[in-house]
Amino acid sequence: MIDLVLSPFIEFEFMQRALFGCLLLSINGSLIGVFLLLKRMSLSGDAIAHAILPGAATGYFFAGLNVLAMSVGGLIAGVLVAFLSGITARKTNTSEDSALASYYLCSLALGVLIISMKGGSVDLLHVLFGSILALDNDTLYLLYFNSALCLLGFCCCYRFLVMDCSDSVFFKGLSKYSGYSHYLFLFLLVFNLVAGFHALGTLMAVGVTVLPAATAKYWSNRIEGMLLIAFVVAVVGALLGLLSSYYFRLPSSSAIVLWLGVFFLLSVLLGTQGGVLRLVERKAKLNEEIL
Amino acid sequence: MKLSSKFSGFVLAFLCSSLTLAADKLSVVASFSVLGDITKELGGDKIALTTLVGPNQDSHVYSPTPFDVQTLAKSDVMVINGLSFEGWITRLEQSSGFKGLRVVASKGADIIEFNEEHHEEEHDDEEYEKNEHEKHQQSAAHKDQDEHSHGDQDPHAWHSLANIRVYINNISAALITADAANKDYYQVKRQAYLAKVDALGKRLAAKVATVPVAQRQVIISHDAFGYLGRDYHFSFLAPVGLNTQMKPSAADVALLIRQVKAQNIKALFVENVSDDRLIKQIGRETGAKLGGHLYSDALSAKNEPAATYLKMMEYNIDTLIDELQKVL
Repeated sequence: MIDLVLSPFIEFEFMQRALFGCLLLSINGSLIGVFLLLKRMSLSGDAIAHAILPGAATGYFFAGLNVLAMSVGGLIAGVLVAFLSGITARKTNTSEDSALASYYLCSLALGVLIISMKGGSVDLLHVLFGSILALDNDTLYLLYFNSALCLLGFCCCYRFLVMDCSDSVFFKGLSKYSGYSHYLFLFLLVFNLVAGFHALGTLMAVGVTVLPAATAKYWSNRIEGMLLIAFVVAVVGALLGLLSSYYFRLPSSSAIVLWLGVFFLLSVLLGTQGGVLRLVERKAKLNEEIL
Repeated sequence: MKLSSKFSGFVLAFLCSSLTLAADKLSVVASFSVLGDITKELGGDKIALTTLVGPNQDSHVYSPTPFDVQTLAKSDVMVINGLSFEGWITRLEQSSGFKGLRVVASKGADIIEFNEEHHEEEHDDEEYEKNEHEKHQQSAAHKDQDEHSHGDQDPHAWHSLANIRVYINNISAALITADAANKDYYQVKRQAYLAKVDALGKRLAAKVATVPVAQRQVIISHDAFGYLGRDYHFSFLAPVGLNTQMKPSAADVALLIRQVKAQNIKALFVENVSDDRLIKQIGRETGAKLGGHLYSDALSAKNEPAATYLKMMEYNIDTLIDELQKVL
């Protein structure tokens, strides 16, 4: 059994790299995912994925298939969209999600425009979004850097972020730093997603961010607990996904995300914090007490 | 069916020739760069040619622009490869209201049929036998095929010089049907081009013969060279299947790496329209060398080495053989 789990990673370097990449992404994915969940912004991952397109495409046309150029371009576009929507939502009469939706649509349209103007029909999504099975050194460095930045950011601003997530109106009245912590969080989110897209593809990057956090919410009502559970879920899902991709010939990103999906569904049913089973139990108990 | 298509051909020829009188030149649309180049060779200065999917672009993911639709609507002849290569062509043809003559260039060519798992674990002699076997099957089967086949045939038939003779005859015949006034011109062009193809065929056969069959093993980023493999007994292994849109699994990559190690394959190649990161990873892991770009689904830009069909064939074989000789 242990041999079955270990042998692919011992024999093949690309499996080691894939697992290592997943591990790095799981660290910041779980951190960012939990706060996304608390801020009720889980869908923004997908929106940002589209928003980075014009920047990444521009980078591609200037420097070819170069992780750095495409990442920088994507980062600029993503940050621009995130900040614009953040400012618009906070200063004017609209909500975060509708602002983000509007800006990302404009950004996506711009991306399609740039691609069709310059390149025609090279499959840019294929070129821009990497595969977990082909992590080269450049991409791994990018992931290292991303994790380091993310951990540093969260170490510095953890308290602010928690305050901002749990009661942003109160925090706004209390401290002038409330806005900054939100923008820092948006920046980390975009950076994490951009790095994830180039390394692992959209599906993986968003999946590893959103699903473990959603799963963790069913098992803990403390942020620290959620963070830990989300991290463990992400790593176990990645491991199982890679192994099923290895043994059953499944596309690796889909396999990993589907395993995370399985954990999520199980948690919806069995979770101790508001899972279906627990709710049914409590209702039965309540009925008993009333009778 | 044959009769009716012939009849409509005559009607079209009549219509088209009246059209061309006005426009002076026959207006022809070719679906992608390889067909574009061949059509240009055959039509010379008697046709006005538009190529939809240009050099270094991927036909699998092409999406038509309004300009393309307009061009097609006004054109007299449309040249396509068929064999499901241009999945988007039916929609484009309908939406543009194209009323000209449609040529399926691969019609009647010797096509590779897929039996499952065709690119895996094959030895040379096995593969050779299988190919021979396939050839027999196809000669019966290929007669009634057109672009409506369901992806069980390898569409990259232009990588075979034998097939390209069929392409040339099909396209040339269509030009003559559509523009009978210039029949002699097209005939001369056709003969000249066929002679060039024959000369290249001889040169390439001699070049390939310098590497023993057992050594002709190559890893490539996209499985588009089945015909080159059949004609010259190369075995090409690819991590992604036939189509650039398929996602490889860890199992596929692992299998390939084992095979590269077991059979001591030394040469890796990438293709001009696909992502090369996966191939590079396989190279890192096995110590096999990255040999360069091959051109498969598209010609290169003018200043690069595969700007015409004949140059592409020559460049691919030269690159492959030179690299294999280096590692021998």
